[in-house]
Amino acid sequence: MNANAQPIVQLRDIQFAWHRNLSPVLSIEQFELSRGEHVFLQGSSGSGKTTLLNLIAAVLLPQKGSVAIDGQPLAELRRSKRDQFRVDHMGLVFQQFNLLPFLSVVENVQLSCRFSPSRKRRVTQEGLTLDQETDRLLSAMKLDPKEIKHKPTSELSVGQQQRVAVARALIGRPPLIIADEPTSSLDSDSRQAFLDLLFSEIESAGSTLLFVSHDAALASSFDRRIDLKDINRVADLSGDLS
Amino acid sequence: MIGIAWKSLCNRWPTALLAMLAIAMSVALILSVEKVRRDARNSFTQTVSGTDLIVGARSGAVQLLLYSVFRIGNATNNISWESVEEISARNAIDWVIPISLGDSHAGFRVLGTNHDYFEHYRFGEKRTLTFAEGERFDDVFDAVIGSEVAKQLGYTIGQDIVVAHGTGNVALVEHEKQPFKVSGILAPTGTPVDRAIHVSLQGIEAMHVDWRNGANVKGEGTSAEAIRAMDLNPKAVTALLVGLKSRGTVFREQRTINNYRAEPLLAILPGVALQELWSLVSVAEMALLIVSIMVVVAGLVNLMSVLLAGLNERRREMAVLRSVGARPAHVFLLLCIESTLLTLGGIVAGLVLHYIITAIGSVFLMERFGLSVPLTLPQSTELKILLSVAIAGLVAGTIPALQAYRKSLSDGLSQKL
Repeated sequence: MNANAQPIVQLRDIQFAWHRNLSPVLSIEQFELSRGEHVFLQGSSGSGKTTLLNLIAAVLLPQKGSVAIDGQPLAELRRSKRDQFRVDHMGLVFQQFNLLPFLSVVENVQLSCRFSPSRKRRVTQEGLTLDQETDRLLSAMKLDPKEIKHKPTSELSVGQQQRVAVARALIGRPPLIIADEPTSSLDSDSRQAFLDLLFSEIESAGSTLLFVSHDAALASSFDRRIDLKDINRVADLSGDLS
Repeated sequence: MIGIAWKSLCNRWPTALLAMLAIAMSVALILSVEKVRRDARNSFTQTVSGTDLIVGARSGAVQLLLYSVFRIGNATNNISWESVEEISARNAIDWVIPISLGDSHAGFRVLGTNHDYFEHYRFGEKRTLTFAEGERFDDVFDAVIGSEVAKQLGYTIGQDIVVAHGTGNVALVEHEKQPFKVSGILAPTGTPVDRAIHVSLQGIEAMHVDWRNGANVKGEGTSAEAIRAMDLNPKAVTALLVGLKSRGTVFREQRTINNYRAEPLLAILPGVALQELWSLVSVAEMALLIVSIMVVVAGLVNLMSVLLAGLNERRREMAVLRSVGARPAHVFLLLCIESTLLTLGGIVAGLVLHYIITAIGSVFLMERFGLSVPLTLPQSTELKILLSVAIAGLVAGTIPALQAYRKSLSDGLSQKL
């Protein structure tokens, strides 16, 4: 098996409970993402998708089973190593409040390079300075670098903030981009535009995208669509209650 | 990290500024208390040197010291001139400076003495009084004023001044029939001498010629010429500063004076009396020091509470930092840097505030008590205090930092992910 054929995300027989004595909230036999895939993960609130993302992002460890990212089993890493591994391999975009309000746009975009020498190296290996790459990413996100570069992020619209957050997730080409409901604070018109920008940049970076949303209407543009209900053997808790 | 900490603090500048201000004020307080304590001691110690004994009417040692040298408080009784002459005539005694107090001019005390004062009085490191201008009093109505008197009242040589009876700032009655003339201005000494108006003992008698039993005798008053012709030999003085030929005889002379039969007298050794004063004052000093330490602690507790309270509002900030790769250790460091920045800022601002307080306060202390509290660079005690505050600030900062560390471990990357 060559490196490219190896899945970027690989979950096997995992089971996760918040506490030893509580019943598990997640039990997944197998979950894989291949390199370069754009996957839409659907799940209603309470279905455990946040927990799943935490497992993939190495914030939580499962009680049973194994999680491997880029061929690296996460359980084998010590906690500080996991933190380093995460920033080296993943770019994260959240629903909102992605940016530090007291830093300028440029500083926000370059934040992860402060903590990840390997991502910084990937930028400079292409013969670009961090500032050049920042400008390139901002332009690619249809933001005018000259205009917004040194603005405090509080002066940006929500849509602009989300695009800055994508630029930050993408800097240094991490192999995996996790986007957790990044469009839910956007109106429906800008949602598709945002997705298009996201796709084209992820394409050119060659990264894998795991996109989480409850909004099934967005799913059509993705390579693959996974409903958490279908892979989680634990019954939907919110479903049980109704 | 320092850049991030700094920008984060700037983003929350109102609370950060208040926390820093609290530290600054506590630092300024403790520095000022320490400075006043030390300078007051210095100033007192500097005021009298080279005097072996101070003699006055029988009262307390500290009281005699305070009124005779520092011009604080009043004498209960006088020494008769016969006793003064008898003491001066003793073999062991080298010189005697008579001091007569009880009158004032524009809030400054008038001190009656003789030429021995300029000859033998010593202050600081055995320094003698020197004249900035003019010369000693020669005439009955001549006056030599201290530098502070000259400065505050704007007096020059040859100026007429009117002396009032009593020592209050606003005298009830003034001896206006007998105007004095400024004959000399002393160079600054940083002691109560700067705040005194010196006249001859005869001058003191002269200004009381028309007074009987503390009331002004009705009528035109006696002219200066008539007064000059009178017998103005002093009948009593307030205290004596005594210099001995040999210091070895000091205890014998003290005992002799204390056992003086003709009238109840008290002789004290200035150094011993000062020690007695310090032991009295040290309780108050200690109380002040404890209070200032408490204020510093309060400032640091405030710093801690500001940082702790801020943590909840800053969960998002921490989550973002974590999501871009900051480890919990980074979050810990961030909070430590913040508390250090605040503490250091507080210390610097406190130093500035301390100097402002000292600059303003020294004017007041000089005017009111003749204490000199000069602006000086921080000395070893102050540096130790500042260092302790810095260390305490660091320690105080680790508690919110630990809290943030734990939170960022349990919160993970975000409120969402």
